[in-house]
Amino acid sequence: MEKVLIRFTLNGKKVTSAIDPRWSLADLLRGGEHKHTGTKKSCEVGECGACTVIINDETYNSCIYLAIWADGKSIRTIEGLTGENGELSDIQQAFVDEGAIQCGFCTPGFIMSSLPILESGREYTRDEIRKLLSGNLCRCTGYKNIIDAVEKTMKARLEKKQQL
Amino acid sequence: MSVGKSVKRVDAYEKVTGRARYTDDFLDYNPLIAKVLHSTIANGKVLSMDISEAVKIPGVVKIVTCFDVPDIRFPTAGHPWSTDPKHQDVADRKLLNTRVRLYGDDIAAVIAEDEVAAAQALRKIKVEYEEYEPILDVFRAMEPDAPLLHEEFPNNILAHSGYEEGDFEEAIKEEGLLKFEGWYETPIVQHCHIEPVISYAYMEKGRITVVASTQIPHIVRRITAQALGLPWGKVRIIKPYIGGGFGNKQDALYEPLNAYLTTQVGGRCVKLEISREETFVSTRVRHSIKFHITSYVRKDGRFVARYLKSYANQGAYTSHGHAIAAKGGAAFKQLYSAEGAVKADLYSVFTNTPAAGAMRAYGIPQITFAMESHSDDIARALNMDPIEFRRINMMKKGFYDPFSQNENYYDSLNAVIAKGKEYFKWDEKVKAYANQTGPVRKGVGMSIFWYNTAVWPTSLEASTCRMVLNQDGSIQMQMPETEIGQGADTVFSQMAAHTLGIPFENVHIVSTQDTDITPFGTGAYASRQTYIGGMVIKKTAEILKEKILSYARSINRIASADLDIEDGNIINKYSGKVLMSVGELATEALYSMQAAEHITAESTYQCKTNALSMGCCFAEVEVDIPLGKVSVLDIINVHDCGMLINPKLAEAQVHGGVSMSLGFGLSEQLIFDPKTGRPLNNNFLDYKLLTALDHPDIQTDFVEFYEPTSAYGTKALGEPPTVPPAPAIRNAVLNATGVAINEAPLNPHKCFAKFKEAGLI
Repeated sequence: MEKVLIRFTLNGKKVTSAIDPRWSLADLLRGGEHKHTGTKKSCEVGECGACTVIINDETYNSCIYLAIWADGKSIRTIEGLTGENGELSDIQQAFVDEGAIQCGFCTPGFIMSSLPILESGREYTRDEIRKLLSGNLCRCTGYKNIIDAVEKTMKARLEKKQQL
Repeated sequence: MSVGKSVKRVDAYEKVTGRARYTDDFLDYNPLIAKVLHSTIANGKVLSMDISEAVKIPGVVKIVTCFDVPDIRFPTAGHPWSTDPKHQDVADRKLLNTRVRLYGDDIAAVIAEDEVAAAQALRKIKVEYEEYEPILDVFRAMEPDAPLLHEEFPNNILAHSGYEEGDFEEAIKEEGLLKFEGWYETPIVQHCHIEPVISYAYMEKGRITVVASTQIPHIVRRITAQALGLPWGKVRIIKPYIGGGFGNKQDALYEPLNAYLTTQVGGRCVKLEISREETFVSTRVRHSIKFHITSYVRKDGRFVARYLKSYANQGAYTSHGHAIAAKGGAAFKQLYSAEGAVKADLYSVFTNTPAAGAMRAYGIPQITFAMESHSDDIARALNMDPIEFRRINMMKKGFYDPFSQNENYYDSLNAVIAKGKEYFKWDEKVKAYANQTGPVRKGVGMSIFWYNTAVWPTSLEASTCRMVLNQDGSIQMQMPETEIGQGADTVFSQMAAHTLGIPFENVHIVSTQDTDITPFGTGAYASRQTYIGGMVIKKTAEILKEKILSYARSINRIASADLDIEDGNIINKYSGKVLMSVGELATEALYSMQAAEHITAESTYQCKTNALSMGCCFAEVEVDIPLGKVSVLDIINVHDCGMLINPKLAEAQVHGGVSMSLGFGLSEQLIFDPKTGRPLNNNFLDYKLLTALDHPDIQTDFVEFYEPTSAYGTKALGEPPTVPPAPAIRNAVLNATGVAINEAPLNPHKCFAKFKEAGLI
């Protein structure tokens, strides 16, 4: 099928991509020229959250978001969280420290889903965090350490903000 | 000394940055895409297939049907191969099958240039079937007039085994015995690893390479070669990071078909990704089992005679087969003793449902649900505390099993129960929840379990490790035992560092297994990784250490017996003086003009033991009777898995296992249309996997008894956490409401009906 050119922002950088209009955004990120394979595909119908990315500040399942809709949008993926020199962001480090990773396949999706919580500047209760992360499935961890990682990072950020 | 410390996972950075590469992340070029055509009847035969319209779809490269594949039947179970034909797995399927045995059987495959063409072609294939009655129930399957799924198995019985220890008929003659009996049933559930089943295959120099998301690369190599009728050396399997397996990937799934497909397109790379909907039905599931237990008990609660009948739904194909029911039979007679006799009749029966294989804890969640429900039913009838009832009957210290020669070295069960009881304030809660009325009630329940580590003496237990010393004193370690998320790579590195006396950071474990390079071993299953892996790591590290010290002697003129390695340095054992670093020694050894040597070690360890791992679960629930809804308020698993190599990882294993069992107990089940055998909920929307919202934080505790048969004092922990929570919840619901629900999952549909029947609604 004839390719279509789209322009969008990927992790802060303006990019142009030639896409097959039948592609999902997950297809574009993983395949295409970007090879951002940190975004995972699992159910491909928007049920599991493994492919979660942020589009204009909101979380989406990129498997059921057409690539062509990304034209003009700002997309953030797990690759955008790691610093230029490989430094981990606070939430990534918290996942490491809290033992929130096992097979790792759901990890990028969970981390992306946690970003709106962390960036809201709001303090959520543990139960609210549970609810906000309930669109992501994990079969390995029983969720506890993931919730711990998100809660601790949220509290650390809020404390830092207060000190300023 | 890194053993016993919660060091961070060696793969954490890669996984948290999204850089860890799983099977689908390696394809830098466009492979051909394969898709499988599945049958739309549950029982019958493919009479003909018309692919004429399908091949016309632009982009379709090749279509192979069940009439094209080699006439070879092969076994799929991820068991070590047995050289004794009597113990080999049942070979009962071909790459594609004309005899259709489940709704979703594999009958054709399309290879196309892209996914869309492949999907379109699937829809254009016309299939003509001869249809038979779909057999979904084990009892219907065993009736004389039921059609046979496999001609060689009369009455659709794959296997019937059993035992009688003591004289059952004699034992029940004792005067004053109370008889208890009940039926218990567990559902068909699926592993639901988040990474789908996926592989890609290509040919190189006349050999086939399959890159696959598998737990058992060396076994999949053997099965793939068997399925294609090739010499085993013609197949190479590569296993990168995998997104969970839980036993589903302890089977050859689509790797053999994928290997065959590349041979059909001149060795071009073919990718075969199985969708979530297909994974639920066309890979493997947990055996649904119906149990009938009869017990004869004295008034004081002591078992005199016990009789188990179990009917395991094997589904359409043998896979791991009767091994699951048999393991349940072993748990039945070992967890509890009876003074007079214990007896079992165990059946595995084919039906037109998904093939049942290995799933985390291999039959023990099912039997434990039945056994521990039954225990509570008896305790309640005798008006005894359920813990007291268990204490009278459960496995004691000093227990010895003549078959496996396992010994129970500690009073593990009492020790774990004591911890759980204390955390839960059991006695207070039991008192507080007695005599409740009203629509919402609380209750507590518990369960104990038994689990044996690894598969000796039923199967081979051996593993091989390779260690290669680098110039800087670090090592590469290669293990055939696989990282599947549980943290094997990390604890293996801890063990190697510990025995060698080098820093943890200096162990570079090769995470990927490649059967061309990786030494032989059988992979991740049976909770054998730390136990068997530990043994071979210790043996190999000791050999490497001896080689290093022997080389050190030649440089330092000090007897190697007087030397040791500590924190990466060669030291004089007595003075503690550092003579040189291991790195300096390695550089010298490699580049020496006098005695150049590349210091490496490789060894195989055959294990002939099989440690008993035990534990318990305590659960507290709130039951909304009119809604039929059970909510778990608190839950703790306490394990004796021997010594903890990495406490944080051990806790994490327990969290995941408990969560899986909560699903098993409360919400998960695959359901089928009784008329057609069509699956009705094979997706994550309708199959109720628990989310972060659906259960409380899981509590864990451990009793650390050093396991004497184990290299580092460890025993099974991978699977055991999945065993006791479901029956503990069932028993908590009984405690709360007085209603015994003997069929998992305890979802609102079932609870509502039972509460109504009991007059609570």
